[in-house]
Amino acid sequence: MKTIAKALAGSLMASTLLAGAALAQTKEVQMLHWWTSGGEAAALNVLKGDLAKEGFAWKDVPVAGGGGDAAMTALKAMVAAGNYPTASQMLGYTVLDYAAAGVMGDLTETAKKEGWDKAVPAPLQKFSVYKGKWVAAPVNVHSVNWLWINKAVMDKIGGTEPKTFDDLIALLDKAKAAGVIPLALGGQSWQEATMFDSIVLSTGGAEFYKKAFNDLDEASLKSPTMKKAFDNLGRLKAYVDPNYSGRDWNLATAMVIKGDALVQVMGDWAKGEFVAAKKEPGKDFLCYRFPGTDGTVIYNSDMFGMFNVPADRRAAQAALATATLSKSFQSAFNVVKGSVPARTDVPDTAFDACGKKGIADLKSASEKGTLFGSLAQGYGAPPAVANAYKDVVTKFVHDQIKTSDQAVIELVKAINDAK
Amino acid sequence: MTISTMPDRVSASANSSRRSVSLRERLQDMLPKLVLAPSFAAVIVFVYGFILWTIYLSFTNSRTFPNYTLTDARAYQRLWRWTFESDPPSSWYTSITNLGIFGVLYIGICLALGLLLAILLDQKIRGEGMLRPIYLYPMALSFIVTGVAWKWFLDPGLGLEKTLHAWGWTSFHFDWIKNKDRVIYTVVIAGVWQASGFVMAMFLAGLRGIDGEIMKAAQMDGATTVQLYRRIVIPMLRPVFLSAFIVLAHMSIKSYDLVVALTSGGPGGSAWLPSNFMYEYTFKRNEMAVGSASAVIMLMTITAIIVPYLYSELKEKGR
Amino acid sequence: MSAASASSARNGLILNRIVIYGLLLFFALVYLIPLFVMLVTSFKTMDEIQSGNMLALPKDPTVEPWLKAWGETCVGLTCAGIKGYFWNSAKMVVPAVLISTILGALNGYVLTKWRFRGHKLVFGLMLFACFIPFQSVLLPMATVLGMLGRFGNDLREIFGTNFGFGNPTVNLVFVHVVYGLGFTTLFFRNYYEAFPTELIKAAQVDGASFFQIFRRILLPNSAPIFVVTVIYQFTNIWNDFLFASAYAGSGDVMPMTVALNNVVNTSTGVVEYNVNMAAAIIAALPTLLVYVVAGRYFVRGLMAGAVKG
Repeated sequence: MKTIAKALAGSLMASTLLAGAALAQTKEVQMLHWWTSGGEAAALNVLKGDLAKEGFAWKDVPVAGGGGDAAMTALKAMVAAGNYPTASQMLGYTVLDYAAAGVMGDLTETAKKEGWDKAVPAPLQKFSVYKGKWVAAPVNVHSVNWLWINKAVMDKIGGTEPKTFDDLIALLDKAKAAGVIPLALGGQSWQEATMFDSIVLSTGGAEFYKKAFNDLDEASLKSPTMKKAFDNLGRLKAYVDPNYSGRDWNLATAMVIKGDALVQVMGDWAKGEFVAAKKEPGKDFLCYRFPGTDGTVIYNSDMFGMFNVPADRRAAQAALATATLSKSFQSAFNVVKGSVPARTDVPDTAFDACGKKGIADLKSASEKGTLFGSLAQGYGAPPAVANAYKDVVTKFVHDQIKTSDQAVIELVKAINDAK
Repeated sequence: MTISTMPDRVSASANSSRRSVSLRERLQDMLPKLVLAPSFAAVIVFVYGFILWTIYLSFTNSRTFPNYTLTDARAYQRLWRWTFESDPPSSWYTSITNLGIFGVLYIGICLALGLLLAILLDQKIRGEGMLRPIYLYPMALSFIVTGVAWKWFLDPGLGLEKTLHAWGWTSFHFDWIKNKDRVIYTVVIAGVWQASGFVMAMFLAGLRGIDGEIMKAAQMDGATTVQLYRRIVIPMLRPVFLSAFIVLAHMSIKSYDLVVALTSGGPGGSAWLPSNFMYEYTFKRNEMAVGSASAVIMLMTITAIIVPYLYSELKEKGR
Repeated sequence: MSAASASSARNGLILNRIVIYGLLLFFALVYLIPLFVMLVTSFKTMDEIQSGNMLALPKDPTVEPWLKAWGETCVGLTCAGIKGYFWNSAKMVVPAVLISTILGALNGYVLTKWRFRGHKLVFGLMLFACFIPFQSVLLPMATVLGMLGRFGNDLREIFGTNFGFGNPTVNLVFVHVVYGLGFTTLFFRNYYEAFPTELIKAAQVDGASFFQIFRRILLPNSAPIFVVTVIYQFTNIWNDFLFASAYAGSGDVMPMTVALNNVVNTSTGVVEYNVNMAAAIIAALPTLLVYVVAGRYFVRGLMAGAVKG
């Protein structure tokens, strides 16, 4: 008993001592994120270094898992406790939700000074500006409608860039005949839905995509075009290997890198994997737009949401935001991540061929108004709707929904239910 | 005060001393309750208070954050509708049917296997000290740790199937983890692996607590080992069964990380359990009202199972 | 003839033993498979993991993954291995286990030996608390912890210290104590239920006070149930991820499970399975040790009372 009492007293003392050290530092950036590995963590370290040069310490709050799910749960708990981080990695509608709840800060001054209004494409500003106030700093722009192809396999089967959906099917048939897994897919709902985003764009065109997946127009959702898109998804599904279910996306990318599979339909973060494996575009792998989607970009973007911290912590926050959108960091980070800079005035010199194409595509899509949010990635509609959509797609892929007719009915029902 | 001739002073002092005694006695009386009070208060506030909070939220239209304006029972209406949507199965339908399958198999197999192992270990086994921790260790590991190992082992392209094919048994086929109708059984397998050793320990303790004399007497009467266990030992283990059932029931209804670590939800979300549903809707889909309503339904289910047990147990003990 | 039946009985007995040992060994092997997979993987090179059989022994064993997991792997932006997070976990687990266990012991003592009207209801309510799904208390508890934190800030302004209010480690201790009380009270109550009340009565007649009786009579006889409760609480709290990631996610206070999750649960790059497995085993060492070393007492303790109802 005595020893227990001693231990208790000891731990109590220890915790009071610690409490002194837990003071919120004014020269400190508290950053919640889920980039805990490889190139992304290395790129964040660049940011950390940039801030250190200005005298700001980096307090890391990394919570990995579920593509940010665990981090978002932690964020919700922090906000409920009134314990705001300086900034948090966030996606799309989540930023707007937190802004509507009045917990986001105001970066407008910094934005004016740095000229963000002009440099950042308007569709992105829809998520980083709330009621005229800048609340988040976009880190990058990812594009979803890409094909990633192993060049050696492509040469072996004598394939060429597919320009139409039927070309793609013909190409996959060739791979199949050559005994290669034609399509590398990870059977998780977000991967299937990400692929379906591209299929819908390819099947119905830019205008249709926007109406169905950004405006949630019911007539488009239940149109024959949507049914055809599901049919096309069904056709693609015939080219995956039997073990695809549940596979992580980077393992599917690894199949293409190693030449076990011909092609993966995935966002440009897949390029980060090729780069990490020391592969070069044009020589080892090829990047094509998903057939029939050239000229249009379905995007998502990682943002650093900035919270409404006490006045004495705002200098650190402004420094973080400035550093995040600085041209040097935008270039360095996105070269590693596979994405393209969130501002269109960053020189593309450091980027490889695929990156250069991505930057050019973003610029032209932004000018032409064909830059649309990915529904699968949470940039087309709020999370409730986006997840209802993913449910339907994954149930279709895994044969719980058996026909494309039924899929269209379920899609309309699920989206209406979640709205 | 039977002695009426007692001087007033003495009487007064006796009075005061009695008063002080009674004060101390009263304090002594109060003390146990004072000791219990903080714990009880904490439970009332942080468990029952939060349950009330959850119930309240389930009748609002809370989405990303709690919204305290009462609206209607739309969350329950949706859950009710989803309960009957089996083609294609709604996530809620999948969750509750999975809980039925998982709960029955997990609890049943853990009890059976735990009892079997305990009886086997109780046969004066050499090396019991070596074997016991082997059955127990899975309980010590979190599923963040073991989920990866299980995922590999069950993956037909990496684990058991591949190994047996490499060893020449090429007709062997085991792809449950990739099969939407079978994936929940892989969750059962991993769950049983984790908890059955703990149940074994509980049964073993129960067996060791049974009076050896009773066993001897039964053996003298010519009972076979099987009869001995079926007629005498197992009925005597009834309280252990009930305790084990409670522990398992609470673990099965809280199983969340098991599903995520092993299957990431399963093909088409076919491995979901209600706790996954609740987490998804509350934190990922920003439909907090629906998440809260599902939590309330989970709690009601637990109540329906646990309260009768508690009632009968406490009534018996109260003699 | 009697010799023959004796020998056949002995044969039967031997067969019986063979079956028993066979079954026990079979199950032991099955139970060990995941640990075996983790262990062999942690000693393989990445090349061998990608090309070889997961159940095969490492051809070219290496301790590199273990060294990396211990001292080099990245947890977020800090790449100093997982060794530093033991202390974060220990700092939280030890007080949480001790406090919840002692409170459980006192509660059990009151609920069995100092009964009052409604004691059954109180116990029933506390026991039912074991069943609340933690996901549903995450946010309201965060709100409460936030209030405590602001109270701590006020205290700091007055006294120069917050007395632990608002400290993430203290918060986790508090949360684990609150949600561990149901189980610890259950264990101790059922244990003390069987403890002879006559001894308590006798001590009361001798004038022993409430705490004297607890300290001199019950505590010395509580070793087994203390072991059970401590083991149960230790594994549960050590392995908790949900509360730890939500209330103590920052690098300097992060418990081991959160750090491990950040190592293992990455979604980009080549997954270093060997390092992950080594890290997982290192992170689990304290609980494994507790089970193996204290396992014998565990069974003894359960026997002594925890399972009686």
